[in-house]
Amino acid sequence: MKLHEYQAKALFRENGILCPPDKAVDTAEEALQVAEEMGMPVVIKAMVHSGGRGKAGGVKVLSDISEVKETAENILQLRIQDLPVRKVMIAPAVNIETEVYLSILLDRSTRSVIYVGCKDGGVEIEETAKTNPEKILKLQCSTDQLKNPDDARLTEFASNLFDGESQVQETVEMMKKLGALFLATDASMIEINPLITDNKGTVIALDAKMMLDDNALFRHPELAELRDMDSEDQDELDASEKGLAFIRLDGNVGCMVNGAGLAMATMDTIKHFGGNPANFLDVGGSSNPQKVVEAFKLILKDPNITAILINIFGGITRCDDIANGLLESLKILDVPVPIVIRLVGTNEEEGRALLVGTDLITAHTLEEGATKVAELGGKS
Amino acid sequence: MSILVNKDTKIIVQGITGRDGSFHTKQMLDYGSQIVGGVTPGKGGQTTADGLPVFNTCQEAVEATGADTSIMYVPAPFAKAAMLDAANSDIKLMIAITEGVPTLDALKAYEALSAKGIRLIGPNCPGIITPEECKIGIMPANIHKKGRIGVISRSGTLTYEIVDQLTKAGLGESTCVGIGGDPIIGSKFVDLLPLFEEDPDTDAIVIAGEIGGQDEVIAAEYFKNHMKKPVIGFMAGLTAPKGKRMGHAGAIVGGEDDTAAAKIKKLEASGIPVASVISDVVPLVESKLN
Repeated sequence: MKLHEYQAKALFRENGILCPPDKAVDTAEEALQVAEEMGMPVVIKAMVHSGGRGKAGGVKVLSDISEVKETAENILQLRIQDLPVRKVMIAPAVNIETEVYLSILLDRSTRSVIYVGCKDGGVEIEETAKTNPEKILKLQCSTDQLKNPDDARLTEFASNLFDGESQVQETVEMMKKLGALFLATDASMIEINPLITDNKGTVIALDAKMMLDDNALFRHPELAELRDMDSEDQDELDASEKGLAFIRLDGNVGCMVNGAGLAMATMDTIKHFGGNPANFLDVGGSSNPQKVVEAFKLILKDPNITAILINIFGGITRCDDIANGLLESLKILDVPVPIVIRLVGTNEEEGRALLVGTDLITAHTLEEGATKVAELGGKS
Repeated sequence: MSILVNKDTKIIVQGITGRDGSFHTKQMLDYGSQIVGGVTPGKGGQTTADGLPVFNTCQEAVEATGADTSIMYVPAPFAKAAMLDAANSDIKLMIAITEGVPTLDALKAYEALSAKGIRLIGPNCPGIITPEECKIGIMPANIHKKGRIGVISRSGTLTYEIVDQLTKAGLGESTCVGIGGDPIIGSKFVDLLPLFEEDPDTDAIVIAGEIGGQDEVIAAEYFKNHMKKPVIGFMAGLTAPKGKRMGHAGAIVGGEDDTAAAKIKKLEASGIPVASVISDVVPLVESKLN
């Protein structure tokens, strides 16, 4: 789960990580009021979970109060990478002396938490990683090293970011607090880009990005509430409440599969044979018939669907459960498109027997099913 | 021979009194796996319906039964405690089936287990099977057959699909390891490839990967520099959109490097042929064996 900048900065302040004051508002009128209170110049930023905010016109620095209302109005009407901007954050513009990059994140390959730093701040770090990988500094930490940080290691790292002794010391303290915040919130990434020194030489987090581990939200109800529902697909949320993993795509062949890896492979195979998958849908293990009905409802919500492929490799999932769910779905739902079904594994005979006499088109392999459904669905 | 587990492996089940734990204990016993007991804190001293002794801690179970391996079915919120309990025992191998374990819990457990020299498989995995000897997991038993192909996979049902085809083609499997779909897993492709390379009863290895992370690419580099046995790949998620978590917590395209297409390119450049559809896996394995 992603946090907005203003949400991350609120957590920063609670944890003693220095950042400029800010206020997030929903309307241009409120934006003006906040700017009047703060005094000019201010920066107005779109609060939206998409990259490229600056390029899309979602970040403006203003020195004239008369521009605030209109600018906020314009930003609030933007859609950035297909997400609506519902809030803008207003903060006083800061004089930047130097800017660097600092983040802390979970590193899959080393199975550790790493601090990442770069003397060039404010730029796309992925770009720098590609063009000048030697500029990227990494400091690997075990969870124990985050809990009980070693000043010498942090100091060595920070002295590569800043030259001044007091800036290095402030950065070390900030890194400790970031490490503690990372552990306390079950974060997977906290990024400050840029981390700056102002004209007084103080180290300040000018930006903040945070990502939290969805699997750990159950123990952070106060953080779970920060989820921005506008950034989420309602169908995907509904699906996850019902124990399904669902993601809408732009094709026309609906699919229903058990298991995430096989669900991806099924989409790929449909594409391989000329079809265009309309969704990712994992009905999960030990699926009860009701889950199949819910899965059908989600797939059929998309008016572009021209055919459906059901691909089940029964392990924990029983083929007769799937067949019963399918029969129930056909009874209560109007399914206006052809369905191709491939049903193998646990209780496959029982499952197939239940489906005798229906209009379902059967396939014995995934490839056969994908070929049939691609033809029925119309190739893309 | 095989890797990690065989007919002599002695297993305890953590969470044996739970719904999943008791169901799969029965299935594993039916397969012939040597399940010697279980662990549920607070229920020590009881006996399960299958006649197995229940202990409060892993170490008590190990001392009483001589177990060397643990399999865990404990629900996600309690998984860390169970994994740390295993780390406090003398087992050698732990298999964590549980899905949805918080990533930092998995990381802390991995740190504790590896500090003790205990190998972790998972979490969020189907387990390990050495066909006709020992099944430790939730995979359907009947699709497996003793043979000479090793399988390593990040996904459950995708593995079953590949295994089914290997079996039907008469190849069979030496050992199949589901390593799990989470960002932090105890054993990665590169940790297991050396074991298969050493195993006299494995002739080739199939690795089934997916979007997210760089584990497949690291495995490909290892293959290029250290392996003589053929490795065949399959990569799920060519059609996965960027930034969306595809069911598995670890299956998310962050940058250009962790797409399926980028991984396929790197695998092929390292000399690992990658099947474009699952039914191409068996012909690729056969062509490499000849």
